[in-house]
Amino acid sequence: MHTKAKAIPKRRIHLRRFVPLYIMMLPGIVYLVINNYLPMFGLAMAFKDVNFAKGIWNSDWVGIKNFTYLFATSDAFIITRNTLLYNAVFIVLGLGIAIAIAILLNEIRHKLAQRFYQSVIILPHLISIILVSYLVYALLSPETGLLNKTVLPMLGLEPISWYLEPKYWPYILTLVHIWKGAGYSCIVFLAAMIGIDREYYEAAEIDGASKWMQIRKITLPMITPIITMLALLAVGRIFYSDFGLFYQVPMNSGSLYSTTNVIDTYVFRGLMQLGNIGMSAAAGFYQSVVGFVLVLGSNYIVRKFNKENALF
Amino acid sequence: MAKAYRGWRLAAHIVLGLFSLSCILPFILMFMASITDDNAIVNDGYSFFPSKFSFGAYEYLFQASDLILRAYGVTVLVTVVGTAASLLMTSLLAYPLSRKDLPGGKIMAFIVFFTLLFNGGLVPTYMVYTQVFHIQNTLWAQIVPWLLMNGFNVLLMRSFFINTIPAAVIESASIDGAGEFTIYRRMILPLSLPILATIGLFQALAFWNDWNNGLVFVNDPNVLNLQNVLNQIMSNIDFLSMNSNMGTGEALSNMPRETFRMAIAVIGVVPILLAYPFFQRYFVKGLTIGAVKG
Repeated sequence: MHTKAKAIPKRRIHLRRFVPLYIMMLPGIVYLVINNYLPMFGLAMAFKDVNFAKGIWNSDWVGIKNFTYLFATSDAFIITRNTLLYNAVFIVLGLGIAIAIAILLNEIRHKLAQRFYQSVIILPHLISIILVSYLVYALLSPETGLLNKTVLPMLGLEPISWYLEPKYWPYILTLVHIWKGAGYSCIVFLAAMIGIDREYYEAAEIDGASKWMQIRKITLPMITPIITMLALLAVGRIFYSDFGLFYQVPMNSGSLYSTTNVIDTYVFRGLMQLGNIGMSAAAGFYQSVVGFVLVLGSNYIVRKFNKENALF
Repeated sequence: MAKAYRGWRLAAHIVLGLFSLSCILPFILMFMASITDDNAIVNDGYSFFPSKFSFGAYEYLFQASDLILRAYGVTVLVTVVGTAASLLMTSLLAYPLSRKDLPGGKIMAFIVFFTLLFNGGLVPTYMVYTQVFHIQNTLWAQIVPWLLMNGFNVLLMRSFFINTIPAAVIESASIDGAGEFTIYRRMILPLSLPILATIGLFQALAFWNDWNNGLVFVNDPNVLNLQNVLNQIMSNIDFLSMNSNMGTGEALSNMPRETFRMAIAVIGVVPILLAYPFFQRYFVKGLTIGAVKG
């Protein structure tokens, strides 16, 4: 080894040492190329008239025709509005409720009780959205659901065809989203709160600060970095939605599209059910590009205020 | 003062108690509905207190056990193989990236990071997998797209390596003549069991709960996993009788449809609920690792 090394220029030996490391990286990098980078180039499809007979790459270029069609429909506005509004509500309410629950959970000194609550409230986070849609169905089923058969009659109200009435779905979807996600974010906040030095609170108590005051002046400021980070992550993804929530929970019911159709469900239906690949690709392109700008933008803003909280 | 605190604590117990109830009750409703007599359902709907019990729905499920067992088999196989492959690929990529001395390491890390910021979305991904790799209706479709590895886990593991395994230790092993693969196997993997367990747990859950790949890439009932079967039954209750040994005709017309839906959902949720107490602690710990800076 040593004698051989002398014959080769130093830089090449140096590089040869790393060959095994590059080999290790190969499967992962190949996967990222296939799963992530090829589809990025595939975004070009949005500018083509996709024709399976000719093959995707040989299909004709049509310029921005797919986009003019997409934005000529009312769908473009509805899916953008729904995506943005739902996400805005989810961010504000979702984080707010999770913080509130975390503060309350932090008040509970009984370790066993705390552990119990913790375990139970992440339960919804563990199950698939398919199972969630079954649970929702048990409540909302028009003929057999708990609401129509038990709760509404008890209140003296008429049964409601839940899966046909779009106006209820903004509330239903928000509730389901919070029910499924609050436990998760709450645990994250709780971990941050547990890290706060108890001495701050002891000092505050001696000064006679009320619990409310302690929360406002100690707890909240101390967890601000993590709130900012989670909010930033969410704002960066405001153009994306939880496909399962908007597709599975309303059971893909056509009469609900006005309040349940978001960009992700629109792209999916266009591709898989309507065979409208051009528009679907255009909507996907729109989502990818605007989404990318939003991630960069939200990070830039946070960087301006506080470099440490920025993601990159 | 102490009294005021007691008020807070009481409020905390009430709010958390109510929230906990809201998390548990739907599962109980589902279970009670599944053991209710079908005629009772027609009259009273799904109820916590059924007027008449019946295990009819489970008997029907048993008749379709070939399809359900098959779906379970697909889920278990995909979860085991997928999680193992995922951990291997993730750690094999993360370890070299954690080495400060690797030429080109920064560029590679950026290639991984960029996938978190930008992606092609459903349509191009669908085209790549179906038109170029033709994985539709194979088990590959349940494992590979979107799920197999993600940049976030790679970066998470990389920062774990950087923070917990000193470069000097690796260097000294290298001086002792250990090759890179030996270092990876004998040192890196054993020292990083906590992060492997955490990421493995999350990957396993992702594979177990995945229905998206089946929905997009699979039509063949033989390759559907449990979630896909649940998904199909939700939109078409006859899916099960059409694709199993259950037969048609008399058996089908007597099927307790409404309780049956709930019974199959119970079958789907029970494994997670049973396993949860065992991985609960790691899960909670993992949530915080994942969120507090990747």
